[in-house]
Amino acid sequence: MSTHTLSVLVENKPGVLSHVAGLFSRRAFNISSLAVGPTQDERVSRITIVVDGASTPVEQVIRQLDKLIRVIKVAELDAASTVERELALIKVKAEPERRSQLLEVAEVFGASVVDMSPSTLVLEAVSSPGKLDALLAMLDSYGTCELVRTGRIALARGSDVITKDDTESYAAESAA
Amino acid sequence: MQQLTGAQSLVRSLEQQGVEVVFGLPGGAILPAYDPLLSSSLRHVLVRHEQGAGHAAEGYAWATGRVGVCMATSGPGATNLVTALADAYMDSVPIVAITGQVPSAMIGSDAFQEADITGITLPITKHNELVTDIERIPAAVAEAFHIASTGRPGPVLIDLPKDVLQATAPWRADQWPPPMDLPGYRLPGPPSMAAIRAAVQLLRRARRPVLYVGGGVIKSDSHAELLRLAEMAHAPVTTTLMARGAFPDNHPLALGMPGMHGCYPAVAALQEADLIVALGARFDDRVTGKLADFAPRARIVHADIDPAEIGKNRKPDVAIVGDLKLTLAGLADTMATTGGPRGGPGGSAPQGGAEAPDTAAWLAVLDNWKRQFPLRYSQDADGPLKPQHVVERLSALTGGDAVVIAGVGQHQMHAAQHYSFSKPRSWINSGGLGTMGFAVPAAMGAQVGRPGELVVAIDGDGCFQMTAQELATCAIEKLPIKVMLFNNGFLGMVRQWQELFYDERYSEVELGTAIPDYVKLAEAYGCIGLRCERADEVDAVLDKALAPADVPVVVDFRVHDREGVFPMVPAGQPNDAIVLGPEFTEQEQRAATRRDMGREPSNGEPSMMRERVTS
Repeated sequence: MSTHTLSVLVENKPGVLSHVAGLFSRRAFNISSLAVGPTQDERVSRITIVVDGASTPVEQVIRQLDKLIRVIKVAELDAASTVERELALIKVKAEPERRSQLLEVAEVFGASVVDMSPSTLVLEAVSSPGKLDALLAMLDSYGTCELVRTGRIALARGSDVITKDDTESYAAESAA
Repeated sequence: MQQLTGAQSLVRSLEQQGVEVVFGLPGGAILPAYDPLLSSSLRHVLVRHEQGAGHAAEGYAWATGRVGVCMATSGPGATNLVTALADAYMDSVPIVAITGQVPSAMIGSDAFQEADITGITLPITKHNELVTDIERIPAAVAEAFHIASTGRPGPVLIDLPKDVLQATAPWRADQWPPPMDLPGYRLPGPPSMAAIRAAVQLLRRARRPVLYVGGGVIKSDSHAELLRLAEMAHAPVTTTLMARGAFPDNHPLALGMPGMHGCYPAVAALQEADLIVALGARFDDRVTGKLADFAPRARIVHADIDPAEIGKNRKPDVAIVGDLKLTLAGLADTMATTGGPRGGPGGSAPQGGAEAPDTAAWLAVLDNWKRQFPLRYSQDADGPLKPQHVVERLSALTGGDAVVIAGVGQHQMHAAQHYSFSKPRSWINSGGLGTMGFAVPAAMGAQVGRPGELVVAIDGDGCFQMTAQELATCAIEKLPIKVMLFNNGFLGMVRQWQELFYDERYSEVELGTAIPDYVKLAEAYGCIGLRCERADEVDAVLDKALAPADVPVVVDFRVHDREGVFPMVPAGQPNDAIVLGPEFTEQEQRAATRRDMGREPSNGEPSMMRERVTS
C-alpha cells in the first residue's frame, strides 16, 4: 500500500476539522489516519493526514484541501526525508511466567511499561509506523487485550519548515 | 462612537458592501435583522418560499455579475435555502445567504426551529460561518462577499444567532472595509506566460482545434477576448450549457452546444479534434459522455481559475491556472505577436510573423456537418405544436435580445438548442444540479437586476409547479417577467428516458395538461394568463405576451407530449453513440456514425477525415 502523508496547516477555529473531514467524505476520499494538534502559533493547528494513494487521487486531495478557506497550507511530506511517529498504548496478558519474555520484547522495540497488574501489562510505544506494526505482531502471540493508537504525526527532516506563509528554509530565514 | 445592535451592524455592513437588494422571508430567529431593514436603503423582496429567495439571488447574480443576497430564519427557513445553495455551488454562482440561528445558549439543545445549517451546508457552500461574536459581523460580511465573488465564485452562508443580532457593540465608521482575516484564502496569480506560450504553440500546430468554452468565460466577462482569440486562431467554438451566449451563435465559427443533447457538429468536432482548448469548463460528464472515449485523439489545453479542476477528469497537456480574462488576452496577444511554425511535422517550413493557423480543411468539414446534421424538427401547420417552434419564434421575435431563463428538462434543452444567443448573461439556467423549479424565481431575480429589460422564463409544467408561488411576489413587486410554459402534461425528460430505456413503460410521469388551469392560475396571482395551442397562433400570442406590462405574463403553450430532445448521447455511452433522432433517416444516422467507422486502431486519422481533408 502506497501511503501519502499530508501536513495541513489550518486556522485554529471552530468547525475546521469538520470542514476537512467533510471534504473527505463528500469526495469519497479515504483517510488512513488523522492527527490534529496545536502548533507553536496558537492561531494555527496542524493536521497530519495519511491517505492511501491506490484508492485516492492524492493530487486531487491536496488541491481540494487547499480550496478550503480555513486551510492555510497543504504539503505532502516525502517519505524518504520525513520523521514519522505513532504512539500506541497496548494492554497485554502478562501472567508472571511470561512477564520477563514480554519485557524483553518491549525492550527490543523500545517500548516502556507504564502500568502493571497481576495479569496484564500496559506498554507505551512511540515509533515509526512499520516498527510499531512489528511490535504489535509480536505482542499478538501473548494476547493483546486492548490497543489504542494515535494517528501518524510527521515532520520533514533537516531545516525545511512548513509555515503559514510558505514552505521555506528556516536556516535561510534566520540568516536574513 | 456609535453603538449598534448586531442586526443594525449586519444591515449597515450590507449597505457598505453596496448591496441593493435582499430576497428573503422573516421568522423568529432572524426577526431582529428585519427591524433595521425598515429604515435602510436596502430593497427587500418578500418571497413566498425561501427556496425562491435563493434562486432569485442566483438569477440576480447570473444576470448582473454581482453577488446575490438571500435571507431566511433558522431551522426550516434555512433548510429551504439548501437547494438553492447546492445549485449555486454546482454552477459557481456568487450568492451570500444570511440565516438566523437560535440564541447561542440554546444551540445544541434541539431548540424550536433549530437546525445545524452550517453543518448541513458544509459540502454545498464555498464557505460558511457561524458568527458567535457581534464584533465579527462586519468582517464576516466583508469576507463572505469577497469569498463569494472572487476566484471561482460560489455561495457563502453566514449564520447569526439571535442573541448576537440583539447584542450591541460600537460601530467604527472609519473601519469599513474591515480588515479581513483569511490567511488560507489565496487567489491564483496571473497565468503563467510559459503555459500560454505552450498553448499557443499547440494552437498553431493544430489542424483540428476546438475551443471548448464553459461558464468561466461568462463569469470572467471575457467574451470579447474569446471572440478575438477564436478569430485569430481560426478555431471553431462550442459553448456549453453554462456558456450559451459567451460566443454569438450566428458566428461562422460557432458550433453550438456540446454534450448529451448537443448539436452534432459540436459533439463530433470534440471527438475528432486534435486539440481541445478548454476555457473555464470542467469536462462534466454531460459534455464528455463516457470519459474514457471522449476526444480520444485530442491534446488538451485546460485553462481555469480553479486549480482543482485541472486534471480532475481529463489530464491536460498544458494547464493554465488563473483569471480567464487574462489568460484569453494573453493567448490572443501571444498569437498576434509571435510567429510560429505553420503546420505540423511535414508541413510547410516555419515562418515568422503572426500567420493564422491553417484550419481551413477542418472548418470545411465542420460546415459540411452543420449542413448535413442540423438541429431538426418538423412543425406541421395544423399538427401538434412543437416546443422547438415556440423557441425559434421567440428567438426571432426578441432578436436574441431577451434574458432567457430555463428550468430543467426538455424545455431547457430545447431553449438552449434553438434560441440564438448573441450576448453573455442572456442565458440563465440550472446546469450542474439540475434543479426543477429554478426558472420562475431565477427570472424574478434577473428582472430585479435588469429592470426594464425583457426577461423570459422558459419553463416546463413539472418545473413550474414547484415554485410558481413566486408569481405572487413578481406581481406585487411589479416584476413583469414573461413565463413561457411548455405544457405537455408530462415530466417530459423522464418520460423520454422511459420511452427509450424502459420499453415505453411510463411510470408516474403524467401530470395532465388541464389541472391546474394555468391561465386561471396566472390570473389568480394577478398576472396575465394566455393560452396557445396551435402553431399558427404562436406569433400573435407571443406579440401579446412580449408587449410591455406591469405584471408578469404566463403563456400556457400546449405542446406536443411525444416530442423528444435530440440529438442524444445516452447516459454513460461514448459521444460516438450520438443518436440524431426520428427526424433523420437511417441512412443519415449511418453517415453520422460512420465518421467513426472503419478507423484502424493505430491510425490517428479517421477515414472520413482523410477523404475530406486530402481530396
